[in-house]
Amino acid sequence: MAAERKTKLSKNLLRMKFMQRGLDSETKKQLEEEEKKIIGEEHWYLDLPALTEKESFIIEEQSFLLCEDLLYGRMSFRGFNPEVEKLMLQMNAKNKAEVVEDKTEEVDVSDEEMARRYETLVGTIGKKFAKKRDRANYEEDENGDVKLIKAKKMFLKPQD
Amino acid sequence: MAEAAAVAAESLAGGRARAARTVLNQVVLPGEELLLPEQEDAEGPGGGGERPLRLNAGARSRVRVVCGPGLRRCGDRLLVTKCGRLRHKEPGSGSGGGVYWVDSQQKRYVPVKGDHVIGIVTAKSGDIFKVDVGGSEPASLSYLAFEGATKRNRPNVQVGDLIYGQFVVANKDMEPEMVCIDSCGRANGMGVIGHDGLLFKVTLGLIRKLLAPDCEIIQEVGKLYPLEIVFGMNGRIWVKAKTIQQTLILANILEACEHMTTDQRKQIFSRLAES
Repeated sequence: MAAERKTKLSKNLLRMKFMQRGLDSETKKQLEEEEKKIIGEEHWYLDLPALTEKESFIIEEQSFLLCEDLLYGRMSFRGFNPEVEKLMLQMNAKNKAEVVEDKTEEVDVSDEEMARRYETLVGTIGKKFAKKRDRANYEEDENGDVKLIKAKKMFLKPQD
Repeated sequence: MAEAAAVAAESLAGGRARAARTVLNQVVLPGEELLLPEQEDAEGPGGGGERPLRLNAGARSRVRVVCGPGLRRCGDRLLVTKCGRLRHKEPGSGSGGGVYWVDSQQKRYVPVKGDHVIGIVTAKSGDIFKVDVGGSEPASLSYLAFEGATKRNRPNVQVGDLIYGQFVVANKDMEPEMVCIDSCGRANGMGVIGHDGLLFKVTLGLIRKLLAPDCEIIQEVGKLYPLEIVFGMNGRIWVKAKTIQQTLILANILEACEHMTTDQRKQIFSRLAES
């Protein structure tokens, strides 16, 4: 009786979601296969052998720039157009970057002089950023340099 | 030279590919096939197969080779498309087969991406300029492709102005496109060139000769008097000096340089220095 009723149910009905729970595994598989077949028939594909992409070892390049190290195309000589002359140096320097780097930069101010100068600056700038209360601690010496006078605040023992 | 051409013609008639290494600095002809060093090794010196080897050996280690102007890749074969001398540059660093190209003489310019050229503005239409660069088709130049240009602030470019710019799009299927700024948005000398001065045309080979890093002509010219030159890779040269006479002398020297020997040139320069 039960088996007869099962056969009566149409396939479309069995495919519905709420019907899936009650189905046994065999009918489930059958339905799934049929579904795949339908999708497979609808799916189009090109009937061609698989493309094998070969990696090319020859690279095409139509520019002479890469072949010959050509200079920058704008030039100016003997100060006719100072702007272009500056640009020439800059653009053509790219080729000779290593040569330029080798040159050691000439120093205007020696390190020692720099240190001496900054030594006095510490006080001047320090005063600028100090709070009003601390400003009294800075004092100018005979050279006009500002220096911090350390006066540590501490408790004084009260006299009896 | 004639001898080299004869050899080239002979090999072409024979229909067999020559090894690129053996024809360096020799004349090659369009249609000829070249073999890269790896390919010739595989073929062997007296190999029965006269045909060039196609890449079917699979796991053979190969180096990357750049083929420059005048050469074309066709599958794994290297074909010559221009007539001239075959040149080779060793790779700058690391591995690689370097660069091969054909040093040819021609007058017709074919736009190439990245080339700096001198163009003449021929039309203003909407938001682009049409620029004649000597190619088969005028190049387009957007009004926004200038330094400091915005939709509100248009560059002052009139029809007939000379433009020094760079190609960003240049291929055989599309209209070439120029810009007057680099990738950072700076002009770097590109844009409208001054309104006076003299523009003339020379062969493309001469431009490359003059722009070579160790070109004696330019060094000698620079010593003459204050002057300014702009070289376009499309064969156009723009010159300007203090007087019209000086400008004309300069133009004539540069034009004549192509067919002068070093001695002849030195004579002329010494004569100029006296006057």
